Amino acid sequence: MTAFEPGDRVRVRPANKPGHVRTPGYLKGKTGWVESVLGEFRNPEDLAYGLSGVPERPLYKVAFRQADLWDGYEGPADDLLYADVYEQWLEQDQGGVA
Amino acid sequence: MSHPHEEVRHQSSPYATRIRAIEALLLEKGILTEAEVQDRISYMEARSPANGAKLAARAWVDPRFKERLLSDTKAAARELGIDASGPVEFVVLENTPKVHNLIVCTLCSCYPRAILGRPPDWYKSFDYRSRAVREPRVVMREFGFEPPEDVEVAVHDSTADLRYMVLPMQPSGTEHMSEEELADLVTRDALIGVNVPQTPTTRSG
Repeated sequence: MTAFEPGDRVRVRPANKPGHVRTPGYLKGKTGWVESVLGEFRNPEDLAYGLSGVPERPLYKVAFRQADLWDGYEGPADDLLYADVYEQWLEQDQGGVA
Repeated sequence: MSHPHEEVRHQSSPYATRIRAIEALLLEKGILTEAEVQDRISYMEARSPANGAKLAARAWVDPRFKERLLSDTKAAARELGIDASGPVEFVVLENTPKVHNLIVCTLCSCYPRAILGRPPDWYKSFDYRSRAVREPRVVMREFGFEPPEDVEVAVHDSTADLRYMVLPMQPSGTEHMSEEELADLVTRDALIGVNVPQTPTTRSG
């Protein structure tokens, strides 16, 4: 069971975590939606320190509207950006401002 | 063929010196053997964008192969004698008249190495990694490609455990060409998505 399903609105946690992080800074606090569930993988943020990386963590392909990511994005409103984000970096979008 | 910046490789950068020191230590401690290091180098040198070009050309001439390439990239690669085995998963992203895909890794330089070999230097540059997500259309224009406004540009930031490769669209007017000739049209840049294959201006036969 994964916490999110395709189509769910999600927000990338705006958290700061020391050490190895696999979520790009430019996505933190941004809202998008789950495009697909990619499976479960050993946690790279632990593997980086020689740990086992288990339990495996769900990984999602998350879609974002470019216009939601960047002020003054040069391009049509339909342009998208996809990133692979681990479940621990996602939270349910509470709605409100996109 | 040689670019000015490639000469840097012949100098010993601090990173290269460090890597050699680590390699020497691993060999000295018996963690790695010289043969294993050589095997790994041969493995990487046997891979090149020509593999991606073969896959794309076959997908263009054989729709059923294309389906397999999109659903199980490793198995499709194996059919053409390309060994993409290993722990990393591959995803092939199909360009369509509505969507053009572009690949980047903003965190480091993730790239479908088991198929295409080593990435080009510019792919690893801070400039490409920061701008491909922020202004992909401007970056593509600099590579000589400008997708129409009604085509959605989809940027894929390979941040985790999957590696992406683009399946470009077959250029118009190439329907008469053989699979081998078609493969020659598929460049590394097109497999990353910063450009698209071009219809040849002169036709043979």
